[in-house]
Amino acid sequence: MTDLSIDRRHPPPSVVDQDVRLAARPGARRRLGLGRRVPGMLALGPVLLLLAWLLGSATGTLDPRTLSAPWTVVGTAGELIADGRLQSNLAASLYRAGTALLLGVGLGVLLALVAGLSRVGEALVDGPIQIKRAIPTVALIPLAILWFGIGEQMKIIVIVAAVFVPIYLNTYAGLRNIDGRYVELAESLGLSRAQFIRRVALPGALPGFFTGLRLGVTMSWLVLAVVEQVNATSGIGYLMSQARTYGQTDIIVVGLVVYGIFGLVGDYLVRTVERRSLAWRRTLGD
Amino acid sequence: MAADVGRLAIRVSGLTRGYAGRAVLDGIGLEIAAGEFVALVGRSGSGKSTLLRALAGLDAGVTGSGELHVPTGGSGAAARVAMVFQDSRLLPWARVLDNVILGLVGADARDRGRAALAEVGLADRERAWPSELSGGEQQRVALARSLVREPELLLADEPFGALDALTRIRMHALLRELCQRHRPAVLLVTHDVDEAVLLADRVLVLERGRIVTDRRINLGQPRTHRDPEFLAHRESLLTALGVGEHGVGEHTERKVVS
Repeated sequence: MTDLSIDRRHPPPSVVDQDVRLAARPGARRRLGLGRRVPGMLALGPVLLLLAWLLGSATGTLDPRTLSAPWTVVGTAGELIADGRLQSNLAASLYRAGTALLLGVGLGVLLALVAGLSRVGEALVDGPIQIKRAIPTVALIPLAILWFGIGEQMKIIVIVAAVFVPIYLNTYAGLRNIDGRYVELAESLGLSRAQFIRRVALPGALPGFFTGLRLGVTMSWLVLAVVEQVNATSGIGYLMSQARTYGQTDIIVVGLVVYGIFGLVGDYLVRTVERRSLAWRRTLGD
Repeated sequence: MAADVGRLAIRVSGLTRGYAGRAVLDGIGLEIAAGEFVALVGRSGSGKSTLLRALAGLDAGVTGSGELHVPTGGSGAAARVAMVFQDSRLLPWARVLDNVILGLVGADARDRGRAALAEVGLADRERAWPSELSGGEQQRVALARSLVREPELLLADEPFGALDALTRIRMHALLRELCQRHRPAVLLVTHDVDEAVLLADRVLVLERGRIVTDRRINLGQPRTHRDPEFLAHRESLLTALGVGEHGVGEHTERKVVS
């Protein structure tokens, strides 16, 4: 998954024989860098964790009432998939998280542009968001229930309220950190405000935006788990809270694994998009 | 505004600028004809950059007064003044060609950008990121970005100051060639008297916010350091800058060695 070598991301201007001459030199790497990229290396930590779980269950160190064995969990997952419960609940969860993430990203970026590109906007927008930020989103749920009921609307609104904050904060910081020299350049070239936003402000704030997006993706999943356990008739959180009622540890663990997998997949997707979008950057991570 | 300037590219009179109550430009009067190449030399703190930034309209918030006429183009939107900075100031997130055509509109923008890149010898690097270019190449892209706008006035703030000596020599030749082809009026700020005499039709010396010397350089191109007339101009300008003796001595030594 990490086969994107430097040469592929920075293709030499043309011709094939240059590719050969400019092939990656094995062993030539930055002395103070992070070390070599090994395909699949990012899976190392999770795999070790899984091994520990297997070992604990097999030797009986882990009581099944505390944590079901991996094979039990796999079996339960198989049953849940066979009767369609896992898919339908997962679809409900993904729909909520996806919708809320989309709305949250839109809202966060919009507010960041308003606050980041004008003093009046900053005065209007930044204060309330800082206040919002100080209040835990979960603490808003009682009010959200009174305002929006206990349906889908309330759940999505609560997730949006959590997601847009990191997007806003990081995009705003990205905008404000754009080098003043580029603003001067834009002025000397006679760029309109729209051109400036499109060509300078937005791409300049992109690194900050991606930091916010990664936090936002995690946040959407986190709040989703909470709102689905408060009152829901579908979703992974609902599945888990029902399992709790009947003491079904295995189903709870299936839910946790699903959350974990989708959290990882989400983060991986964002990082892939980020690497592609920020190909112009040369950082320690390369 | 362009009409009453006539064949002048710049007309400035009584221009003052100051920071925090301290005058940096003290009543500058300056006329530059269309197509004329003028170099502005002066010690650091003499006000060179302040004057250039005033001409470029990049000094909002700076106090001052005076009359200032620069080309604005018909519609006002088309900037007829182009600026080259000491750093190439390329957007790191835009590829070379996109940097060149930044802010240009129209279907032919990319073709014009490619032509400008070809002129500075970088036709094959249009897809590169700025970080993949050498310092000299980056400054050539910055030149292409200025020229693609077909400016009537090219303002350059020590554009070669950050380059190594060999690259600078090649950039001098390139700039001369491009200016002969496109004929913009040029105001080149530099601290290098040799560079000024090598390139300019006229050299101005700025000292404490005033133009103290305005010297016409009537030499053909290409110019060479071995030309006695060149040396005379150089010496007189160095004297105006208050470093005459030292500069001449240094040069004599170099001559003996070669």
